[in-house]
Amino acid sequence: MSTAFQKIYTRITRITKATCALKAQGVGNDELALVDGRLAQVVKIWGDDVTLQVFSGTEGIPTDSEVAFLGKAPFLKVGEELSGRFFNAYGDPIDGGPPADGEEREIGGPSVNPVRRKQPSELIATGIAGIDLNNTLVSGQKIPFFADPDQPYNQVMADVALRAQADRIILGGMGLPHDDYLYFRQIFDDAGVLDRIVSFINTTEDPTVERLLVPDMALTAAEYFAVDKNEKVLVLLTDMTLYADALSIVSNRMDQIPSKDSMPGSLYSDLARIYEKAVQFPEGGSITIIAVTTLSGGDITHAVPDNTGYITEGQLFLRKDTEIGKVIVDPFRSLSRLKQLVIGKKTRKDHAYVMNAAIRLYADAANARTKLENGFDLTDYDQRTLKFAKAYSGELLAVDLNIDTDRMLNTAWELFRSYFNPAELGIKAEIVDEFGGFTAQP
Amino acid sequence: MEKTVGKIHSIISNLVLVRVEGPVSQNEICFIEAGNVRLMAEVIKFTGELAYIQVFESTRGLKPGMPVEFEQHLLEASLGPGLLSKNFDGLQNDLNKMTGLFLKRGEYTHPLEEEKKWLFEPLAKPGDTVRAADWLGSVKENWLDHKIMVPFKLEGEYTVESVAEAGEYTILEPVAVLKDKTGKRTEVTMMQKWPVKLAIKKYAAKPRPFTQMETGMRVIDTMNPMLEGGTGFIPGPFGTGKTVLQHSLARFADADVIIMAACGERANEVVEIFTEFPKLQDPRSGRSLYERTTIIANTSNMPVAAREASVYTAMTIGEYYRAMGLKVLLLADSTSRWAQALREMSNRMEELPGQDAFPMDLSAIIANFYARAGLVYLNNGKTGSVTFIGTVSPAGGNLKEPVTESTQKVARCFYALSQARADSKRYPAINTLESYSKYLEYPEFREYAEKRISATWIEEVNEARDALVRGIESAEQIDILGDDGVPVEYHVLFWKSELLDGVILHQDAFDEIDGSTSMERQRYMLGKILEIVRSDFAFESFDEVNPYFKRILNSYKQMNYTPFLSVRFKKYEQEIAEIVAEKIAKKQP
Repeated sequence: MSTAFQKIYTRITRITKATCALKAQGVGNDELALVDGRLAQVVKIWGDDVTLQVFSGTEGIPTDSEVAFLGKAPFLKVGEELSGRFFNAYGDPIDGGPPADGEEREIGGPSVNPVRRKQPSELIATGIAGIDLNNTLVSGQKIPFFADPDQPYNQVMADVALRAQADRIILGGMGLPHDDYLYFRQIFDDAGVLDRIVSFINTTEDPTVERLLVPDMALTAAEYFAVDKNEKVLVLLTDMTLYADALSIVSNRMDQIPSKDSMPGSLYSDLARIYEKAVQFPEGGSITIIAVTTLSGGDITHAVPDNTGYITEGQLFLRKDTEIGKVIVDPFRSLSRLKQLVIGKKTRKDHAYVMNAAIRLYADAANARTKLENGFDLTDYDQRTLKFAKAYSGELLAVDLNIDTDRMLNTAWELFRSYFNPAELGIKAEIVDEFGGFTAQP
Repeated sequence: MEKTVGKIHSIISNLVLVRVEGPVSQNEICFIEAGNVRLMAEVIKFTGELAYIQVFESTRGLKPGMPVEFEQHLLEASLGPGLLSKNFDGLQNDLNKMTGLFLKRGEYTHPLEEEKKWLFEPLAKPGDTVRAADWLGSVKENWLDHKIMVPFKLEGEYTVESVAEAGEYTILEPVAVLKDKTGKRTEVTMMQKWPVKLAIKKYAAKPRPFTQMETGMRVIDTMNPMLEGGTGFIPGPFGTGKTVLQHSLARFADADVIIMAACGERANEVVEIFTEFPKLQDPRSGRSLYERTTIIANTSNMPVAAREASVYTAMTIGEYYRAMGLKVLLLADSTSRWAQALREMSNRMEELPGQDAFPMDLSAIIANFYARAGLVYLNNGKTGSVTFIGTVSPAGGNLKEPVTESTQKVARCFYALSQARADSKRYPAINTLESYSKYLEYPEFREYAEKRISATWIEEVNEARDALVRGIESAEQIDILGDDGVPVEYHVLFWKSELLDGVILHQDAFDEIDGSTSMERQRYMLGKILEIVRSDFAFESFDEVNPYFKRILNSYKQMNYTPFLSVRFKKYEQEIAEIVAEKIAKKQP
């Protein structure tokens, strides 16, 4: 990383927990520097007063430590050598292997010209009915799991990643528990897909501010595979709430005025810059982003999930259904904004009808439950919706399912036949006749 | 005059301080020479000899000492034929002309075609006395008559010395020569420039709006009408259909020109517009919708400072078409993102923050912007209008936040999107009772409605509102006391309001027929439903009410899917009349 001529500074004028400052000339904005051997980045230049964000924290940095500027912004060496490797937030290997060589690319690069994008239209099958049936994913989409910390979001995400038939999976772990990091390694290894995977990992043991680099590293690698190699790339980012926490720490150290929930005022732009890297290119390559946003007590009005919801194309809401004792994808609060691009076009034509009817009946069951709790008598219809809801939840919404969409649709019709007559479904007559399998009415 | 130059002093994200050697103006445009690229920026503050500039591009790699050149003009839009069917970024660069997959820093493209020839027809003749915005000639832009006007920047009266003969000209060739009182000549081309942050006020008068802007959406046209030159806003939590609603407005509204500013929103939504719109037909002209549409795309990942510029660029283009006597509909999605861009900058300049860290003058900025919409009488007595509808994305879906509150003070129509309606798939998810249109109270609109819709229209709309309120009250009572704990009449009131909701308010945006409803049909349908609302029904018990009204509702819904007054339409109408007759109470003599 050294160049022929490099001026070394040795006088730091100010140190905070995440930043330090010094007098220096000829320094560029966003430029990297080494402070006492630690990687840092220029975040503010005021005359010749330069403020550096030290990624691994400033603990133990002496005021006379050596500071050398590297003359470039953070970068990643991209190439086939990335395949199957595990890196830290700086792109250095953590799997014991040699450094990956390739072409140097600046991370956090420019945006795709919107007129060069293509409208997403390829379905991503996950085998989970709460997703494929009700909230179908499309390549080039960006969608987070909204989940409380106690839910198995990383496991569900790993399942989705393995079934998604992507050419390349890129895992960006931010504040990932060490155990979950090992879990990902294990499960990718067991599935024999390690060669398709590239990982950038910041665990809870690593310094907090470092994780700010992870999404940009992951997405720079993703752009390499999607643009240069025309591959379908799936990027997994977990956990974006911890990423946002790191943003708020830095902005706080920079004396910025916090807005809602102590988050920086630029949170929306910061998150959008990451999520908007999801794209379908006309040449066939694509970047799909599946992220995790952990919630606090299911609160989606907190600044992180709220801003995320305005940016992403829907959200998958995980919830524990106490009646069946399993985690389900909540049909009411989940949404895939791009599903209408594939439903009924890439799937069977009864898909939309079955999806809507099942959700409506599930909503009727929720009303019946409220009635029951308030002590009112239930009608026969109410009783049947309750039975349906339990079966629907267990046989279709639970996340441990792995079946194809046709089977999901058939299962739904089976449930319809068990509990309802065709008139109660509110589905177009031709569709019921073709797919319903009801015996003739007496 | 020599251009002022300066050198970069400090860099804080996209805010750059420049030590200048000479005069600069507030909001003046300047360019930073960063190696082999020139980056555009705008002066937003000045102290001592430091100019604070917001850079419209990434500031990565900028260094103190880099030269900056000030351009002696504000951020300007280029106005002329060829603006329609374009995809611009917030600074009016033509996105289609840009090279490469990724946006390149410092690449600026011309918004119009310098080479293209337009067929010019003169309207003015030598000797005419003209002022700014008067029409000199006309060219065909798609199917619109695009007027070539006296440049807005010219002050006072001029005499037309010559006008070009009918023929083909480029936007840079002179098409007229004007002479002022001192005899000084000015050549006029088909293209002119105007600073986007200043309103174009070259018109005779700005009356209160009085003509309805038909949108084809019943919940708007019938219940909360928008007028030509009116203002409205749509706040709603994510997932309630703001964007679908804006797209429906863009498709079906009775406007000559649609300008959509995608301000800090998803890129895929913009992709949807320019994938779908060229294929869709304008229901009135029968031409491709794209021909009347201009898109200003500053998506959420594009530079933040240009987000603010994007809404002003869109408004300026709107005002330009208004001066031609056209009906312009301007849609901005979302003004909250623009406000957030202001917040980011205010924060970097270390200004004392207002509520939620937004700048103190946020409501003044929003008010000034909404005030640029409006209906105007042009100098020649004709009318033109800019109707503005913006969306607001309230943080956490809570309407008690500065952007929503500031907007509420200035917009005359409020379209409240409701999560509950969206959850139950009742689209458009506008909650009619929480929404309002102040235009319903305008005597000007009452007069218009009496003449153009029906003599009792306003009363009927209010009657429908009352019926909806009674329906909600009944539903609450039924929930508390149980189905059989309330008089049967409560169930009837509830179902009458469900009928209004299902037939009038609910609308299938994706259906060819139901997607857009003419005012004639809206009047007819509201009259039909109100007949039922006014009727008394005789039921033995509450459990007869639900299936009975469901039958009526179902037939009406089918009717909504049939062409107005067609054979099938009449068939359903007859069917409904028969169902109604079954249970209607005999009128007391």
